[in-house]
Amino acid sequence: MLFHSVSRLFFLKWKLNKVNFLTWAFSVVLITILTASAYGGLYKTDQERQAVAETMANPAMIAMVGPGFGLDHYTSGAMLSHQMLLFTLIVMAVMSILVVTKQTRTEEDDGILEIVRSLPVGRLTPLTASLLFTMVLNITIGILVAIGLILINIEGIDAEGALLYGMTLTCGGLIFSGVAAISAQMAETARAATGYSITFLMAAYLLRAIGDVSNEMWSMISPLGILIRGEVFVSNKYFPVIIGILLFMVFLAFAFWLNDHRDVGAGYIRSRNGRERAAKYLMTSLGIAVRIQRTTIISWFTAMFLLGISYGSVFGDLEAFFENNEVIQQMLGNNPDYTLTEQFITMLMVVLAIFSTVPGLLFFLKIRGEEKKGRLEHLLVRGTSRIKIVTVYGTISVGGTVISMFLAVFGLWISSSAVMEEAIPLINLLQAGMAYLPAMLLLIGVALFLFGWLPRITSLVWFYLIFSFIVVYIGGLLNLPDWIVNISSFAHIPQLPVEEWNNGRLAILLTVDIIIISIGMIGYRKRDAAG
Amino acid sequence: MSIVNMNAVSKKFGSFVALNNIDLQLNKGEVFGFIGPNGAGKSTTIRILLGILQPTSGHAAIFGKDVWKEAVAIHEKVAYVPGDVNLWGNLTGGEVIDIFLGLKGKIDKRKRDMFIDRFQLDIKKKCGSYSKGNRQKIALIAAFASNADLYILDEPTSGLDPLMEQVFQQCVEEVKNAGKTVLLSSHILSEVEKLCDRVGIIRKGEIIETGSIDELRHLTRMNLVIATTSPILDLEKWEGVHDVQQSEESYRFQVDADKLTEIMKKLSSYGIERLESKPPTLEDLFMRHYQE
Ligand SMILES: Nc1ncnc2c1ncn2[C@@H]1O[C@H](COP(=O)(O)OP(=O)(O)OP(=O)(O)O)[C@@H](O)[C@H]1O
Ligand SMILES: [Mg+2]
Repeated sequence: MLFHSVSRLFFLKWKLNKVNFLTWAFSVVLITILTASAYGGLYKTDQERQAVAETMANPAMIAMVGPGFGLDHYTSGAMLSHQMLLFTLIVMAVMSILVVTKQTRTEEDDGILEIVRSLPVGRLTPLTASLLFTMVLNITIGILVAIGLILINIEGIDAEGALLYGMTLTCGGLIFSGVAAISAQMAETARAATGYSITFLMAAYLLRAIGDVSNEMWSMISPLGILIRGEVFVSNKYFPVIIGILLFMVFLAFAFWLNDHRDVGAGYIRSRNGRERAAKYLMTSLGIAVRIQRTTIISWFTAMFLLGISYGSVFGDLEAFFENNEVIQQMLGNNPDYTLTEQFITMLMVVLAIFSTVPGLLFFLKIRGEEKKGRLEHLLVRGTSRIKIVTVYGTISVGGTVISMFLAVFGLWISSSAVMEEAIPLINLLQAGMAYLPAMLLLIGVALFLFGWLPRITSLVWFYLIFSFIVVYIGGLLNLPDWIVNISSFAHIPQLPVEEWNNGRLAILLTVDIIIISIGMIGYRKRDAAG
Repeated sequence: MSIVNMNAVSKKFGSFVALNNIDLQLNKGEVFGFIGPNGAGKSTTIRILLGILQPTSGHAAIFGKDVWKEAVAIHEKVAYVPGDVNLWGNLTGGEVIDIFLGLKGKIDKRKRDMFIDRFQLDIKKKCGSYSKGNRQKIALIAAFASNADLYILDEPTSGLDPLMEQVFQQCVEEVKNAGKTVLLSSHILSEVEKLCDRVGIIRKGEIIETGSIDELRHLTRMNLVIATTSPILDLEKWEGVHDVQQSEESYRFQVDADKLTEIMKKLSSYGIERLESKPPTLEDLFMRHYQE
């Protein structure tokens, strides 16, 4: 009786979420297949691939993408699984977390679950239906990726590896759907549930990064660390998949147990009672907007600081590595003015800049959530002007981005100076990092513009950010034409210290930012202010 | 035969006692009104009956079955309407009604269309764009069009317009005439008075009074505002008149419902210029109850 009407509810979930399903499946499969074909097309000879392999065997890359394997015979398959598997696993994890939370805790928050549970539906049926949906999604992606990889028929990407690659992705998604299912029971709101799951994901990534660089033991207690140890396309080990499935089943059982032993609407981690009176700062619209996302803000700041520290911690090994590696030194020969460490910094800065934009966008997009829930009206009818409200959220967003970036760079500086013989001055790092502000501001500008003119599709700004990330992360690899790369605002920033500071370009970008923000504000003033 | 049976049910949220030793019996074929101030524990009681919350102690049964362990079997014959109906924004009203009815078994299409018609719902709209009242209609249609033996209604009319309120009351009457049982929690006392055979009053998690409407009628008072041509000097002293407030041209006071005829007769001799009456509010009833 616990699972009564599962199939009906499953088809209901399908009906409600099929667009979501198809978008995710299509995006993940497409990115994987495109990257795989890019590897096949870009590096045609063994020599070319070996040269890439040399650049991989350093602590910084290990911290970012995982330990190298098959580097002595770096086939397209080895490249794919070494450089892309971890990244794609994170995408699968985020996807599963968002899908499960939306279908479980969000529906519970909205009071829909209460009505469903008043019908002849088993106590565990809603959770089961959502997990089935996520399982089908993950398995579909796994199968399509495997088939796609086999079909593109590239040397070094064989059928067995392709199947294992697909299975590993499925496992990654499943494990984190289990994590999300547990978080949805523990938390009292969907926001908190997402927060717990994402924290778990970040901890898994950091643990693996630390473990991969220092002591493998740490990697083996991180699901991500285990999953990338299948050495797909090189030695094709199956134990990560088996552990993954077992882990998923354990998580599942735990989530079901938790679900069966709690009230609808309740969580195991209870929220405390709050203050009786509003504090003084709460009497301003800025105070309110900060207060309602306080936990999110603090979590992101902490996360960015930790990210900076973990990236900085590899700098010491990096130098030792460069010193001993003749190939790298040869490669550097054509640009003797800059060390590889400096070149590495440029890449790190743009990645940190893009990550720091995520909290900035989240802080701004909260305004849309508030509008949809009808809570903005409370302020609008009490004499707060629209321009003021949108300015408040814009300010928090810009401030949040700047602080995030600062904390990341600061963290980077702290840990890198601890491990380097000759520390990089903080001011240089800050300059390189803060140069990206105009580019980050553009993303916030686009969000504000969409909010002003096309509120229903405000969240499309994420696609622009993901696009920018792909251009930065694998753009060079895909050999994208310049005009596509230039769509990303991040491509217009001078890469300090390797490139020169360029006032003109930054000024133009800033002007564009200001224009787009102003147009967005005009749009919000003109449109209906209801969700 | 008792359809609902609650025995010494308590519910704690952390250290907060939301329900304290609730006893409640609903007999077959009766409409039971459940009233009490905000936060008294009405919805909590109802959620326990629905197997959505687990009681901290005590025992609750519907149709003689345990509400937590046999929730599915019970829900096949129970229809629930919450006060705050939230639905999937991207499904239409018609789709949601079909889903709810479909989960209960075979859909009686004729009955469904009849109720859609009576509540005048445009079923082609997406739930995300319905007004509050219209979302409530969806839950009401799904409830009345199902083949239930027990109807649990938690402030089901809080968003309905007066016309729809009337349709709702007719529906409850019909259900009652068909021998079904209804648990109606409401803040609209006139609705409770009109529909319910028995009423239970809950306050701070405890049931302080249960009884038939007639038994409780002595608790009920009307609010009257009256202006007369000649002054009524001793109004305070009349039997059945309470809380007299006198302004320049009118008197404002409360009248025991069972003394109304008598008092109106007496009043008319003073020449009535203007007369307003208001049904007693819950507060009136409670206030009176505690004063005694
Ligand atoms: N999940 C919960 N956690 C903590 N306290 C709760 C929870 N649910 C309800 N309560 C508390 O239990 C008490 C009873 O709430 P309930 O919703 O049953 O009241 P009600 O009688 O339905 O009120 P209303 O007339 O406003 O609908 C309230 O004080 C409420 O704050
Ligand atoms: Mg209630």
